[in-house]
Amino acid sequence: MTISWRSQLEKVCIPIGALLVSLIIFGVFCAFAGANPFGVYHSIYRAAFGTWGSFQNTLIRAAPLMLSSLCTLLPARLGLVIIGNEGAIVIGGVAAVAAGLTLADFGLPTLMIQLGMALAGMLIGGLWIGAVGALRHYRAVNETISSLLLNYIAIALMNHLVNGPMRDPSSLNKPSSFPIPDVHMLGNLPGTRVHYGLLYGIIACAIAYFLIQRTTFGFAARTAGGNIRAARLAGLPVGKLTMAICFLAGSCAGLAGMVEVAAVHGRANESLNANYGYGGVLVAFIARQNPLAASLVSLLLGGILASGGILQRSHNLPDATVLVFQGIVFLVVLFSDSLYGKLAIFQARSVSLPPAAPAATSV
Amino acid sequence: MRTRPPFPLSRRQVLRGLLATSAFGLTVKLGACADSSAGGGGGSADNLVMGFVYVGPRDDYGYNQAHAEGHDHASTLEGVTTVEEANVPETTAVQESIRSMIDLDGASVIFATSFGYFDPHVLALAEEYPDVQFFHCGGLYQEGVHPENVGSYFGYIDEAQYIAGIVAAHASNSKRLGFIAAKPIPQVLRNINSFTLGARSIDPSVTTQVIFTGDWSLPVREAEAANSMADQGVDVLTCHVDSPKVVVETAERRGIFSSGYHANQVDLAPTGYLTGAEWNWAGVYEQYVQMIQEGKTLMNGGIPHLVRGGLQEEFLKLSPYGSAVSEEAKKAADAAKAQIVSGELVIYDGEIKDNQGTVVIENGKKLEQTALELEQMDWLVEGVSGSVG
Repeated sequence: MTISWRSQLEKVCIPIGALLVSLIIFGVFCAFAGANPFGVYHSIYRAAFGTWGSFQNTLIRAAPLMLSSLCTLLPARLGLVIIGNEGAIVIGGVAAVAAGLTLADFGLPTLMIQLGMALAGMLIGGLWIGAVGALRHYRAVNETISSLLLNYIAIALMNHLVNGPMRDPSSLNKPSSFPIPDVHMLGNLPGTRVHYGLLYGIIACAIAYFLIQRTTFGFAARTAGGNIRAARLAGLPVGKLTMAICFLAGSCAGLAGMVEVAAVHGRANESLNANYGYGGVLVAFIARQNPLAASLVSLLLGGILASGGILQRSHNLPDATVLVFQGIVFLVVLFSDSLYGKLAIFQARSVSLPPAAPAATSV
Repeated sequence: MRTRPPFPLSRRQVLRGLLATSAFGLTVKLGACADSSAGGGGGSADNLVMGFVYVGPRDDYGYNQAHAEGHDHASTLEGVTTVEEANVPETTAVQESIRSMIDLDGASVIFATSFGYFDPHVLALAEEYPDVQFFHCGGLYQEGVHPENVGSYFGYIDEAQYIAGIVAAHASNSKRLGFIAAKPIPQVLRNINSFTLGARSIDPSVTTQVIFTGDWSLPVREAEAANSMADQGVDVLTCHVDSPKVVVETAERRGIFSSGYHANQVDLAPTGYLTGAEWNWAGVYEQYVQMIQEGKTLMNGGIPHLVRGGLQEEFLKLSPYGSAVSEEAKKAADAAKAQIVSGELVIYDGEIKDNQGTVVIENGKKLEQTALELEQMDWLVEGVSGSVG
């Protein structure tokens, strides 16, 4: 089984190597910006993973990215590039608030209200991205463009709703919807300050992995993603698959919106539009469309974001430094994609050659 | 032993290299630790550590730059250490940033400068850190509702807009002014109305055209609005958006006058910049530092929870008059400023009609800056073309 373990090793070594290379490049950048690279590395570690307190910071930032990334990741398995995460998050959040306020009026118990909010967010988010899938399948509209444009529509719709029909008259200078009563808010995981969104994200990633890799539905979707004509010839219902996958993708983002509303803001307003959607697109691409990898990449990105503050405060680096770091990491990781199968060290070789000793350090 | 190793370095060389790098890394890391612990020790009683958080970049020629300039001044004061963080969105990110300022840098005073930081973020943190004082820019504090270690500060910047309106009316030839605004919320409407009232106090034939872009930072739409106003014959532009940069630059390129907002934008429009309504946060932050160094806190009642002020309290300033401002205009503006400072001039002095012709402030009624009606403004004054809805 040499082939197997070598290719397994390749899957681990290349991303880690890419991270190391990007850290080195970033270090050079910091040196040019006048900061000590090793001091910067130490600060990043301290602010993102160093203590339990700072690791929670990373987890909090990673939570919305996990759900958001699934909105790009699932359709990608079908060969669709959808970047409408932001819109689905915003619209899911608005739907969740509307549902929460309505249900709270009926005096339902907290659990029912939260369930209702989650279902509303998922349904509306799902329909939102489902519309993209429908446009794609029935009218051959480019799904990337349509989902991008739907982002703007979603944000405009939210602004309209919180300025008009849903507006709380007491929110003078920051138009917002009425707040969800505090008792109905999502709490934190016991013993932490991380809200339940993290758990939802991990569960959703696990379900997505199972669905895509371990079910006939996932197999059909992957087949259609590989070659749509072959899939049609094989009698797969490509239209239904597209709609189903897009709905699921949108409902993940809608759930992310619900979590933002129910765990953080408590109401819908312009703060919902916090660019988690675009972060999710990055995560999905870096994770190479693997839902389990997406949860790890979200952690990585969360850690990078968490270290943004200390770079400004302790090293006097400009606020865009964290974006530079993020950009370098993602560029290098995407580039490293092209190295799969190119490095001789990970290729199966004839039995007479023993495995090279410094293999692990050569990437 | 093989003759051609698959990797050009020998195992020994690699090991040596690894050892050397890790030793180097370790020394640097330990060195960094020593540094940071020395820095952390600075958070002792006689040294005040203050944390500042901004929602956008600190060099945006606008809202955030105004606060960053205030921070820069505060950081030069004796016995004060400051830490700052820019581009912090109004999500859990701001809670984490502030938490890390308190836990890692030992900050005991936090200035949260964006309006949207207050609810729920500052409120949540204030409950969690009862010994830390949180000051929020926006004037949202409510007695009895909010924790006692939360304070709020804001300025009546429409006073400066009134003066800017006077200068604009003098400079304008077409008697048409343009105002590019983000959203029709009370704060913004108040600026538009004060600017227009200032201009019409000089020449009642002046009108202000207003365009709402819909959001705080939409550079493309701001440029479009500025260009279309210039096409229609508007010859003085001002704005209320997060960064006036695009508006002021576009006005300069089109050869018309501009009046700034938030900070000083004269660098962007050396010929056409008239003046601008600026925040004077440097003064405000210095006052807070003084009070805190005297041992006053929000919790012991020494510092008022709600601090608001205008030109009189020096919460605001006007950008130095540009080269295009006439002597006559300077005189009129300075006179009005002196009257506002002395309290003689009240901007919202009835009778005032809105642009639908309805009387909104009756004859003989004077609304001082603290009036609640002004906080809930939902009308545009006579002479403004545009609508709130």
